[in-house]
Amino acid sequence: MDYNKILNPTVKDIKPSGIRKFFDIAEEMEEVISLGVGEPDFPTPFHIRRAGIQSLEEGKTRYTSNWGLKELRGEIARCMERKYRLSYDAADEVLVTVGGSEAIDGAIRALVRPGDEVLIVQPSFVCYEPITLLAGGTPVILEMKPEDDFRLTAQALRASITPKTKALILPFPSNPTGAVMRRKDLEAIAEVLRGTDIMVISDEIYAELTYGDTAHVSIASIEGMRERTVVIGGFSKTYSMTGWRLGYACGPAPVLQQMTKIHQFAIMSAPTTSQYAAVEALRNGDEDVRKMAEEYDMRRCFVVDGFNNLGLFCFEPQGAFYCFPCIKSTGLSSEEFCEKLLYAEHVAIVPGTAFGDCGEGYVRVSYCYSLGHLKEALRRIARFLDGLR
Amino acid sequence: MEINYKLLNRLNENARYTDRELAVMLNMTEEEVRSQIDEMEKAGIIRSYKAVVDWDRMDRAYVSALIELKVTPQPDAGFENIAHQVMRFDEVETVYLMSGGYDLCVIVTGKTFQEIAMFVAKQLATMAAVTSTATHFVLRRYKELNVELCDTKSDDRGTMSL
Repeated sequence: MDYNKILNPTVKDIKPSGIRKFFDIAEEMEEVISLGVGEPDFPTPFHIRRAGIQSLEEGKTRYTSNWGLKELRGEIARCMERKYRLSYDAADEVLVTVGGSEAIDGAIRALVRPGDEVLIVQPSFVCYEPITLLAGGTPVILEMKPEDDFRLTAQALRASITPKTKALILPFPSNPTGAVMRRKDLEAIAEVLRGTDIMVISDEIYAELTYGDTAHVSIASIEGMRERTVVIGGFSKTYSMTGWRLGYACGPAPVLQQMTKIHQFAIMSAPTTSQYAAVEALRNGDEDVRKMAEEYDMRRCFVVDGFNNLGLFCFEPQGAFYCFPCIKSTGLSSEEFCEKLLYAEHVAIVPGTAFGDCGEGYVRVSYCYSLGHLKEALRRIARFLDGLR
Repeated sequence: MEINYKLLNRLNENARYTDRELAVMLNMTEEEVRSQIDEMEKAGIIRSYKAVVDWDRMDRAYVSALIELKVTPQPDAGFENIAHQVMRFDEVETVYLMSGGYDLCVIVTGKTFQEIAMFVAKQLATMAAVTSTATHFVLRRYKELNVELCDTKSDDRGTMSL
Protein backbone atom coordinates (compact mmCIF):
# COMPACT_ATOMS: atom_id res chain seq x y z
CA MET A 1 0.00 0.00 0.00
CA ASP A 2 1.15 3.52 -0.66
CA TYR A 3 0.67 4.97 2.77
CA ASN A 4 1.86 8.32 1.51
CA LYS A 5 -1.35 8.62 -0.44
CA ILE A 6 -3.49 7.27 2.34
CA LEU A 7 -2.25 9.29 5.29
CA ASN A 8 -3.67 12.68 6.17
CA PRO A 9 -1.27 15.27 4.69
CA THR A 10 -1.91 17.67 7.56
CA VAL A 11 -0.59 15.07 9.98
CA LYS A 12 2.29 14.04 7.73
CA ASP A 13 3.43 17.63 7.39
CA ILE A 14 3.70 18.20 11.12
CA LYS A 15 7.36 18.51 12.05
CA PRO A 16 8.67 15.86 14.41
CA SER A 17 9.90 16.99 17.80
CA GLY A 18 13.12 19.04 17.78
CA ILE A 19 14.82 16.78 20.31
CA ARG A 20 14.38 13.41 18.61
CA LYS A 21 17.90 13.41 17.20
CA PHE A 22 19.56 14.36 20.49
CA PHE A 23 17.44 11.98 22.42
CA ASP A 24 18.52 9.08 20.22
CA ILE A 25 22.21 9.96 20.51
CA ALA A 26 22.00 10.53 24.27
CA GLU A 27 20.15 7.28 24.93
CA GLU A 28 23.00 5.31 23.34
CA MET A 29 25.73 7.14 25.21
CA GLU A 30 27.29 6.10 28.51
CA GLU A 31 27.59 8.31 31.55
CA VAL A 32 25.31 10.97 30.12
CA ILE A 33 24.47 13.68 32.56
CA SER A 34 21.23 15.26 31.52
CA LEU A 35 19.66 18.63 32.17
CA GLY A 36 17.07 17.82 29.59
CA VAL A 37 13.86 16.64 31.18
CA GLY A 38 10.68 18.61 31.62
CA GLU A 39 9.44 16.82 34.70
CA PRO A 40 10.13 16.95 38.42
CA ASP A 41 12.69 14.66 40.03
CA PHE A 42 10.67 14.30 43.24
CA PRO A 43 8.42 11.30 43.55
CA THR A 44 4.72 12.03 44.03
CA PRO A 45 4.30 12.81 47.76
CA PHE A 46 3.50 9.60 49.56
CA HIS A 47 0.13 10.57 51.01
CA ILE A 48 -1.06 11.32 47.48
CA ARG A 49 0.18 7.95 46.18
CA ARG A 50 -1.46 6.36 49.21
CA ALA A 51 -4.81 7.91 48.28
CA GLY A 52 -4.53 6.40 44.79
CA ILE A 53 -3.65 3.00 46.24
CA GLN A 54 -6.51 3.19 48.71
CA SER A 55 -8.99 3.95 45.95
CA LEU A 56 -7.79 0.79 44.16
CA GLU A 57 -8.10 -1.25 47.35
CA GLU A 58 -11.63 -0.01 47.75
CA GLY A 59 -12.37 -1.13 44.20
CA LYS A 60 -12.95 2.35 42.79
CA THR A 61 -11.99 1.24 39.32
CA ARG A 62 -14.84 2.41 37.10
CA TYR A 63 -15.39 5.38 34.80
CA THR A 64 -16.15 8.62 36.52
CA SER A 65 -18.55 11.24 35.19
CA ASN A 66 -17.32 12.64 31.85
CA TRP A 67 -16.60 15.92 33.61
CA GLY A 68 -14.56 14.13 36.29
CA LEU A 69 -15.29 13.19 39.90
CA LYS A 70 -17.62 15.67 41.51
CA GLU A 71 -15.41 15.75 44.60
CA LEU A 72 -12.38 16.62 42.52
CA ARG A 73 -14.15 19.32 40.52
CA GLY A 74 -15.28 20.82 43.82
CA GLU A 75 -11.69 20.85 45.09
CA ILE A 76 -10.41 22.38 41.85
CA ALA A 77 -13.04 25.14 42.04
CA ARG A 78 -12.10 25.81 45.69
CA CYS A 79 -8.42 25.87 44.79
CA MET A 80 -8.99 28.39 41.97
CA GLU A 81 -10.91 30.56 44.41
CA ARG A 82 -8.35 30.25 47.19
CA LYS A 83 -5.24 30.77 45.11
CA TYR A 84 -6.26 32.97 42.21
CA ARG A 85 -9.56 34.51 43.35
CA LEU A 86 -11.38 32.93 40.45
CA SER A 87 -14.85 31.58 40.86
CA TYR A 88 -16.02 28.65 38.74
CA ASP A 89 -19.12 26.50 39.05
CA ALA A 90 -17.93 22.93 39.64
CA ALA A 91 -21.06 21.67 37.81
CA ASP A 92 -20.35 23.02 34.33
CA GLU A 93 -17.24 25.18 34.37
CA VAL A 94 -14.59 22.67 35.44
CA LEU A 95 -13.47 19.72 33.30
CA VAL A 96 -10.98 17.09 34.44
CA THR A 97 -8.71 15.98 31.59
CA VAL A 98 -5.88 13.60 30.76
CA GLY A 99 -3.07 16.00 31.61
CA GLY A 100 -3.03 19.67 30.79
CA SER A 101 -2.28 18.58 27.21
CA GLU A 102 -5.73 17.18 26.61
CA ALA A 103 -7.26 20.36 27.99
CA ILE A 104 -5.21 22.42 25.52
CA ASP A 105 -6.27 20.13 22.68
CA GLY A 106 -9.92 20.34 23.70
CA ALA A 107 -9.88 24.11 24.07
CA ILE A 108 -8.32 24.62 20.64
CA ARG A 109 -10.65 22.14 18.97
CA ALA A 110 -13.72 23.65 20.62
CA LEU A 111 -12.84 27.12 19.36
CA VAL A 112 -10.92 26.93 16.11
CA ARG A 113 -12.51 26.61 12.69
CA PRO A 114 -10.54 26.17 9.46
CA GLY A 115 -9.00 29.49 8.51
CA ASP A 116 -9.05 30.92 12.02
CA GLU A 117 -5.82 32.41 13.25
CA VAL A 118 -4.39 31.36 16.58
CA LEU A 119 -1.80 33.58 18.20
CA ILE A 120 0.95 31.47 19.73
CA VAL A 121 3.59 32.91 22.00
CA GLN A 122 7.07 31.47 21.34
CA PRO A 123 9.50 30.13 22.47
CA SER A 124 7.01 27.88 24.20
CA PHE A 125 5.95 24.30 24.82
CA VAL A 126 5.64 22.43 21.58
CA CYS A 127 2.02 21.30 21.31
CA TYR A 128 0.15 24.50 20.44
CA GLU A 129 1.20 24.73 16.81
CA PRO A 130 0.48 21.11 15.78
CA ILE A 131 -2.88 21.05 17.55
CA THR A 132 -3.87 24.30 15.84
CA LEU A 133 -2.88 22.82 12.48
CA LEU A 134 -4.88 19.66 13.16
CA ALA A 135 -7.92 21.82 13.86
CA GLY A 136 -7.40 23.52 10.48
CA GLY A 137 -6.32 26.78 12.11
CA THR A 138 -3.43 28.99 11.13
CA PRO A 139 -0.75 29.45 13.78
CA VAL A 140 0.51 33.01 14.05
CA ILE A 141 3.72 33.14 16.04
CA LEU A 142 4.41 35.95 18.50
CA GLU A 143 8.10 36.04 19.29
CA MET A 144 9.05 36.86 22.86
CA LYS A 145 12.18 38.93 23.18
CA PRO A 146 14.87 38.99 25.86
CA GLU A 147 14.60 42.80 26.05
CA ASP A 148 10.96 42.34 27.16
CA ASP A 149 12.05 39.66 29.67
CA PHE A 150 10.37 37.14 27.33
CA ARG A 151 6.94 38.57 28.19
CA LEU A 152 4.12 39.29 25.79
CA THR A 153 3.66 43.01 25.28
CA ALA A 154 0.39 44.73 24.39
CA GLN A 155 2.15 46.26 21.40
CA ALA A 156 3.22 42.91 19.95
CA LEU A 157 -0.24 41.50 20.55
CA ARG A 158 -2.04 44.43 18.95
CA ALA A 159 0.19 44.23 15.89
CA SER A 160 -0.73 40.61 15.18
CA ILE A 161 -4.49 40.78 15.59
CA THR A 162 -6.51 40.50 12.38
CA PRO A 163 -10.24 39.97 11.76
CA LYS A 164 -9.44 36.24 11.59
CA THR A 165 -7.86 36.04 15.04
CA LYS A 166 -9.76 33.49 17.10
CA ALA A 167 -7.60 32.85 20.11
CA LEU A 168 -4.44 33.76 21.98
CA ILE A 169 -2.46 31.01 23.66
CA LEU A 170 -0.79 32.46 26.71
CA PRO A 171 1.60 30.01 28.39
CA PHE A 172 3.02 31.62 31.54
CA PRO A 173 5.03 30.81 33.66
CA SER A 174 6.92 29.76 30.58
CA ASN A 175 8.54 26.55 29.53
CA PRO A 176 11.32 27.07 28.33
CA THR A 177 12.21 30.64 29.39
CA GLY A 178 10.93 30.73 32.98
CA ALA A 179 9.34 34.12 32.25
CA VAL A 180 6.19 35.14 34.11
CA MET A 181 3.53 37.73 33.38
CA ARG A 182 2.93 40.08 36.32
CA ARG A 183 -0.41 41.73 37.01
CA LYS A 184 0.53 44.94 35.19
CA ASP A 185 1.65 42.97 32.12
CA LEU A 186 -1.64 41.08 32.08
CA GLU A 187 -3.65 44.27 32.51
CA ALA A 188 -2.04 45.66 29.38
CA ILE A 189 -2.93 42.48 27.47
CA ALA A 190 -6.48 42.54 28.82
CA GLU A 191 -6.82 46.14 27.66
CA VAL A 192 -6.19 44.99 24.09
CA LEU A 193 -8.56 42.01 24.27
CA ARG A 194 -11.57 43.43 26.11
CA GLY A 195 -14.32 44.21 23.66
CA THR A 196 -13.00 41.73 21.06
CA ASP A 197 -14.22 38.17 20.43
CA ILE A 198 -10.74 36.76 20.91
CA MET A 199 -10.52 33.96 23.46
CA VAL A 200 -7.48 33.38 25.66
CA ILE A 201 -6.26 29.86 26.30
CA SER A 202 -4.12 30.45 29.36
CA ASP A 203 -1.83 27.50 30.01
CA GLU A 204 -1.02 27.93 33.68
CA ILE A 205 0.41 24.49 34.33
CA TYR A 206 3.40 26.01 36.22
CA ALA A 207 1.29 28.49 38.21
CA GLU A 208 2.35 27.10 41.59
CA LEU A 209 6.03 27.27 40.74
CA THR A 210 6.90 30.95 40.85
CA TYR A 211 9.77 32.46 42.79
CA GLY A 212 10.24 35.68 44.67
CA ASP A 213 7.59 37.57 46.57
CA THR A 214 4.88 37.79 43.95
CA ALA A 215 2.49 34.88 43.49
CA HIS A 216 1.08 33.88 40.11
CA VAL A 217 -1.78 35.96 38.72
CA SER A 218 -4.20 34.42 36.25
CA ILE A 219 -5.32 36.57 33.34
CA ALA A 220 -8.85 35.32 34.00
CA SER A 221 -8.82 37.31 37.25
CA ILE A 222 -8.25 40.60 35.42
CA GLU A 223 -11.38 42.65 34.90
CA GLY A 224 -13.44 41.56 31.92
CA MET A 225 -11.26 38.51 31.16
CA ARG A 226 -13.02 35.65 32.91
CA GLU A 227 -15.66 35.42 30.17
CA ARG A 228 -13.04 35.20 27.43
CA THR A 229 -10.50 32.89 29.08
CA VAL A 230 -10.06 29.15 29.43
CA VAL A 231 -7.57 28.44 32.22
CA ILE A 232 -5.57 25.23 31.88
CA GLY A 233 -4.03 23.66 34.96
CA GLY A 234 -2.73 20.29 36.05
CA PHE A 235 -1.16 18.13 38.68
CA SER A 236 1.98 17.01 36.84
CA LYS A 237 4.34 19.86 37.64
CA THR A 238 2.79 21.13 40.87
CA TYR A 239 2.56 17.81 42.69
CA SER A 240 5.18 15.87 40.78
CA MET A 241 2.49 13.68 39.21
CA THR A 242 3.50 13.55 35.54
CA GLY A 243 2.76 9.86 35.09
CA TRP A 244 -0.73 10.11 36.56
CA ARG A 245 -1.83 12.10 33.52
CA LEU A 246 -4.24 14.52 35.10
CA GLY A 247 -5.10 18.11 34.31
CA TYR A 248 -8.11 20.37 34.08
CA ALA A 249 -9.71 23.28 32.30
CA CYS A 250 -11.82 26.01 33.88
CA GLY A 251 -13.80 28.53 31.89
CA PRO A 252 -17.20 29.85 30.87
CA ALA A 253 -19.88 27.14 30.76
CA PRO A 254 -20.69 27.43 27.01
CA VAL A 255 -17.06 26.71 26.12
CA LEU A 256 -16.56 24.01 28.74
CA GLN A 257 -19.72 22.23 27.64
CA GLN A 258 -18.35 21.89 24.12
CA MET A 259 -14.93 20.84 25.39
CA THR A 260 -16.61 18.21 27.51
CA LYS A 261 -18.41 16.89 24.45
CA ILE A 262 -15.07 16.35 22.71
CA HIS A 263 -13.64 14.81 25.86
CA GLN A 264 -16.66 12.54 26.25
CA PHE A 265 -16.28 11.09 22.75
CA ALA A 266 -12.48 10.97 22.58
CA ILE A 267 -11.58 10.01 26.15
CA MET A 268 -14.70 9.16 28.20
CA SER A 269 -13.21 10.21 31.52
CA ALA A 270 -9.80 10.89 33.03
CA PRO A 271 -8.10 8.02 34.92
CA THR A 272 -10.11 7.27 38.05
CA THR A 273 -7.20 6.33 40.33
CA SER A 274 -5.46 9.57 39.44
CA GLN A 275 -8.58 11.56 40.22
CA TYR A 276 -8.78 10.14 43.74
CA ALA A 277 -5.10 10.88 44.27
CA ALA A 278 -5.67 14.42 43.00
CA VAL A 279 -8.42 15.04 45.57
CA GLU A 280 -5.87 14.28 48.27
CA ALA A 281 -3.29 16.49 46.55
CA LEU A 282 -5.61 19.49 46.57
CA ARG A 283 -6.81 18.90 50.11
CA ASN A 284 -3.50 18.21 51.84
CA GLY A 285 -0.71 18.96 49.38
CA ASP A 286 0.09 22.64 50.01
CA GLU A 287 3.05 21.89 52.26
CA ASP A 288 4.56 19.49 49.70
CA VAL A 289 4.31 22.13 47.01
CA ARG A 290 5.88 24.73 49.28
CA LYS A 291 8.83 22.45 50.02
CA MET A 292 9.40 21.48 46.41
CA ALA A 293 9.14 25.10 45.26
CA GLU A 294 11.68 26.10 47.91
CA GLU A 295 14.04 23.43 46.64
CA TYR A 296 13.56 24.50 43.00
CA ASP A 297 14.18 28.09 44.01
CA MET A 298 17.58 27.30 45.49
CA ARG A 299 18.55 25.26 42.46
CA ARG A 300 17.37 28.07 40.22
CA CYS A 301 19.66 30.58 41.92
CA PHE A 302 22.50 28.07 41.77
CA VAL A 303 22.13 27.30 38.07
CA VAL A 304 21.54 30.88 36.92
CA ASP A 305 24.63 32.01 38.83
CA GLY A 306 26.55 29.09 37.34
CA PHE A 307 25.73 30.02 33.74
CA ASN A 308 26.36 33.70 34.29
CA ASN A 309 29.78 32.86 35.72
CA LEU A 310 30.52 30.80 32.63
CA GLY A 311 29.82 33.86 30.51
CA LEU A 312 26.59 32.42 29.10
CA PHE A 313 24.19 35.17 30.05
CA CYS A 314 21.08 33.84 31.69
CA PHE A 315 17.88 35.81 32.00
CA GLU A 316 16.55 35.39 35.55
CA PRO A 317 13.68 32.93 35.33
CA GLN A 318 10.87 33.62 37.79
CA GLY A 319 8.73 30.57 37.28
CA ALA A 320 8.62 26.91 36.14
CA PHE A 321 11.87 24.93 36.53
CA TYR A 322 13.97 25.94 33.56
CA CYS A 323 16.54 28.53 32.73
CA PHE A 324 17.29 29.73 29.23
CA PRO A 325 20.91 30.82 28.87
CA CYS A 326 22.06 32.65 25.75
CA ILE A 327 24.85 30.85 23.90
CA LYS A 328 25.37 33.39 21.11
CA SER A 329 28.81 34.32 22.50
CA THR A 330 30.11 30.89 21.45
CA GLY A 331 29.36 31.60 17.80
CA LEU A 332 27.53 28.28 17.58
CA SER A 333 23.90 27.71 16.70
CA SER A 334 21.70 26.19 19.42
CA GLU A 335 21.74 22.80 17.72
CA GLU A 336 25.50 22.86 17.17
CA PHE A 337 26.06 23.84 20.77
CA CYS A 338 23.91 21.02 22.12
CA GLU A 339 25.33 18.42 19.76
CA LYS A 340 28.95 19.34 20.44
CA LEU A 341 28.32 19.48 24.16
CA LEU A 342 26.69 16.08 24.06
CA TYR A 343 29.56 14.48 22.15
CA ALA A 344 32.35 16.26 24.01
CA GLU A 345 31.11 16.12 27.60
CA HIS A 346 28.05 13.87 27.50
CA VAL A 347 25.81 16.59 28.82
CA ALA A 348 22.30 16.57 27.37
CA ILE A 349 20.41 19.85 27.13
CA VAL A 350 17.71 20.99 24.73
CA PRO A 351 18.34 23.54 21.94
CA GLY A 352 16.15 26.62 22.18
CA THR A 353 14.97 26.02 18.63
CA ALA A 354 12.97 23.01 19.82
CA PHE A 355 10.55 25.62 21.24
CA GLY A 356 10.25 27.70 18.08
CA ASP A 357 12.62 29.30 15.60
CA CYS A 358 13.02 32.34 17.84
CA GLY A 359 14.70 30.10 20.41
CA GLU A 360 17.83 30.24 18.22
CA GLY A 361 20.82 31.37 20.24
CA TYR A 362 19.49 29.86 23.46
CA VAL A 363 19.40 26.50 25.20
CA ARG A 364 16.93 25.18 27.72
CA VAL A 365 18.33 23.86 30.97
CA SER A 366 16.08 22.04 33.39
CA TYR A 367 16.94 22.20 37.07
CA CYS A 368 14.81 19.23 38.06
CA TYR A 369 17.96 17.60 39.36
CA SER A 370 19.86 17.34 42.63
CA LEU A 371 22.46 20.00 43.36
CA GLY A 372 25.26 17.46 43.04
CA HIS A 373 24.04 16.59 39.56
CA LEU A 374 23.72 20.26 38.57
CA LYS A 375 27.19 20.98 39.87
CA GLU A 376 28.74 18.16 37.85
CA ALA A 377 26.90 19.30 34.71
CA LEU A 378 28.12 22.87 35.16
CA ARG A 379 31.67 21.60 35.65
CA ARG A 380 31.47 19.71 32.35
CA ILE A 381 29.95 22.68 30.53
CA ALA A 382 32.80 24.86 31.82
CA ARG A 383 35.31 22.36 30.43
CA PHE A 384 33.45 22.29 27.13
CA LEU A 385 33.57 26.08 26.86
CA ASP A 386 37.31 26.05 27.61
CA GLY A 387 37.75 23.59 24.77
CA LEU A 388 35.97 25.94 22.37
CA ARG A 389 38.29 28.85 23.08
CA MET B 1 19.54 35.57 67.78
CA GLU B 2 17.41 34.93 64.74
CA ILE B 3 17.90 31.48 63.28
CA ASN B 4 18.16 31.18 59.50
CA TYR B 5 16.38 27.87 59.03
CA LYS B 6 17.00 27.74 55.30
CA LEU B 7 20.72 27.97 55.90
CA LEU B 8 20.57 25.43 58.70
CA ASN B 9 18.57 23.00 56.57
CA ARG B 10 21.04 23.26 53.71
CA LEU B 11 23.98 22.55 56.01
CA ASN B 12 22.11 19.72 57.64
CA GLU B 13 21.64 18.23 54.19
CA ASN B 14 25.23 18.79 53.08
CA ALA B 15 27.80 20.44 55.29
CA ARG B 16 30.29 20.69 52.45
CA TYR B 17 28.54 23.39 50.42
CA THR B 18 30.96 26.25 50.10
CA ASP B 19 30.05 29.62 51.59
CA ARG B 20 29.71 30.93 48.08
CA GLU B 21 27.32 28.17 47.01
CA LEU B 22 25.20 28.75 50.08
CA ALA B 23 25.18 32.48 49.45
CA VAL B 24 24.02 32.00 45.85
CA MET B 25 21.28 29.53 46.72
CA LEU B 26 19.93 31.56 49.62
CA ASN B 27 20.34 34.99 48.08
CA MET B 28 22.75 36.16 50.78
CA THR B 29 26.28 37.53 50.74
CA GLU B 30 29.16 35.21 51.57
CA GLU B 31 29.94 37.41 54.55
CA GLU B 32 26.41 36.91 55.90
CA VAL B 33 26.69 33.17 55.44
CA ARG B 34 30.00 33.07 57.30
CA SER B 35 28.87 35.21 60.19
CA GLN B 36 25.56 33.39 60.63
CA ILE B 37 27.27 30.00 60.65
CA ASP B 38 29.80 31.36 63.08
CA GLU B 39 27.04 32.58 65.39
CA MET B 40 25.23 29.26 65.26
CA GLU B 41 28.43 27.44 66.09
CA LYS B 42 29.15 29.75 69.01
CA ALA B 43 25.59 29.40 70.30
CA GLY B 44 25.98 25.62 70.21
CA ILE B 45 23.20 25.23 67.64
CA ILE B 46 25.58 23.67 65.14
CA ARG B 47 27.55 21.15 67.20
CA SER B 48 29.67 19.39 64.61
CA TYR B 49 30.16 18.43 60.96
CA LYS B 50 30.63 14.75 60.11
CA ALA B 51 30.56 12.44 57.13
CA VAL B 52 27.85 9.79 56.88
CA VAL B 53 29.91 6.67 56.23
CA ASP B 54 28.62 3.36 54.93
CA TRP B 55 30.99 1.10 56.89
CA ASP B 56 29.49 -2.00 55.34
CA ARG B 57 31.11 -1.18 52.01
CA MET B 58 34.54 -1.89 53.47
CA ASP B 59 36.27 -4.86 54.99
CA ARG B 60 36.64 -3.02 58.26
CA ALA B 61 34.70 -4.84 60.95
CA TYR B 62 31.81 -2.70 62.17
CA VAL B 63 28.90 -3.67 64.35
CA SER B 64 26.36 -1.52 66.08
CA ALA B 65 23.61 -2.22 68.56
CA LEU B 66 20.75 -0.46 70.23
CA ILE B 67 20.68 -1.11 73.97
CA GLU B 68 17.56 -0.53 76.00
CA LEU B 69 18.50 0.46 79.53
CA LYS B 70 16.10 0.52 82.42
CA VAL B 71 17.49 2.63 85.23
CA THR B 72 16.42 3.82 88.65
CA PRO B 73 16.17 7.61 88.58
CA GLN B 74 17.94 9.43 91.41
CA PRO B 75 15.98 11.61 93.83
CA ASP B 76 17.32 14.99 92.68
CA ALA B 77 19.16 14.37 89.42
CA GLY B 78 16.60 12.07 87.83
CA PHE B 79 18.24 10.47 84.80
CA GLU B 80 20.91 13.15 84.32
CA ASN B 81 23.81 11.55 86.17
CA ILE B 82 23.36 8.11 84.76
CA ALA B 83 22.99 9.51 81.23
CA HIS B 84 26.22 11.43 81.66
CA GLN B 85 28.01 8.35 82.96
CA VAL B 86 26.85 6.32 79.98
CA MET B 87 27.81 8.91 77.38
CA ARG B 88 31.41 9.11 78.59
CA PHE B 89 32.30 5.80 76.94
CA ASP B 90 33.90 6.03 73.49
CA GLU B 91 31.90 3.01 72.37
CA VAL B 92 28.66 4.93 72.93
CA GLU B 93 27.55 6.81 69.87
CA THR B 94 24.10 7.97 70.97
CA VAL B 95 22.19 8.35 74.24
CA TYR B 96 18.52 9.33 74.40
CA LEU B 97 16.09 9.49 77.30
CA MET B 98 12.96 7.70 76.14
CA SER B 99 9.29 7.56 76.91
CA GLY B 100 7.65 4.14 77.00
CA GLY B 101 8.97 0.73 78.02
CA TYR B 102 12.51 1.66 78.97
CA ASP B 103 14.50 4.71 79.99
CA LEU B 104 17.71 5.19 78.06
CA CYS B 105 18.30 4.29 74.45
CA VAL B 106 22.02 3.74 73.93
CA ILE B 107 23.57 3.08 70.54
CA VAL B 108 26.91 1.37 70.80
CA THR B 109 29.43 0.57 68.06
CA GLY B 110 32.26 -1.93 68.07
CA LYS B 111 34.26 -4.34 65.95
CA THR B 112 32.40 -7.55 66.75
CA PHE B 113 29.17 -8.74 68.32
CA GLN B 114 31.28 -10.20 71.11
CA GLU B 115 32.94 -6.89 71.81
CA ILE B 116 29.61 -5.12 72.17
CA ALA B 117 28.13 -7.90 74.27
CA MET B 118 31.07 -7.70 76.65
CA PHE B 119 30.86 -3.93 76.81
CA VAL B 120 27.21 -4.14 77.82
CA ALA B 121 27.86 -6.90 80.34
CA LYS B 122 30.87 -5.29 81.92
CA GLN B 123 30.30 -1.58 81.66
CA LEU B 124 26.58 -0.89 81.40
CA ALA B 125 24.87 -3.74 83.23
CA THR B 126 27.12 -3.28 86.24
CA MET B 127 26.22 0.35 86.87
CA ALA B 128 24.41 0.73 90.14
CA ALA B 129 21.36 2.56 88.74
CA VAL B 130 20.88 0.16 85.84
CA THR B 131 18.17 -2.40 86.56
CA SER B 132 18.10 -4.18 83.18
CA THR B 133 19.54 -4.14 79.66
CA ALA B 134 18.28 -5.50 76.33
CA THR B 135 20.71 -5.55 73.40
CA HIS B 136 19.43 -5.38 69.80
CA PHE B 137 22.08 -5.80 67.14
CA VAL B 138 21.76 -3.93 63.86
CA LEU B 139 21.77 -6.37 60.96
CA ARG B 140 21.55 -4.00 58.03
CA ARG B 141 21.53 -0.24 57.71
CA TYR B 142 19.20 1.09 55.04
CA LYS B 143 19.07 4.76 55.85
CA GLU B 144 20.91 6.88 58.38
CA LEU B 145 20.56 10.59 59.11
CA ASN B 146 18.33 10.96 56.04
CA VAL B 147 20.96 9.40 53.82
CA GLU B 148 20.11 6.23 51.94
CA LEU B 149 22.80 3.59 52.36
CA CYS B 150 21.35 0.87 50.18
CA ASP B 151 21.47 1.16 46.40
CA THR B 152 18.43 3.04 45.25
CA LYS B 153 16.74 3.26 41.93
CA SER B 154 18.44 5.42 39.36
CA ASP B 155 16.72 8.24 37.50
CA ASP B 156 14.10 6.63 35.27
CA ARG B 157 13.12 9.80 33.44
CA GLY B 158 15.21 9.30 30.31
CA THR B 159 17.52 12.02 29.10
CA MET B 160 15.20 14.42 27.37
CA SER B 161 11.61 15.49 27.29
CA LEU B 162 9.96 18.77 26.42
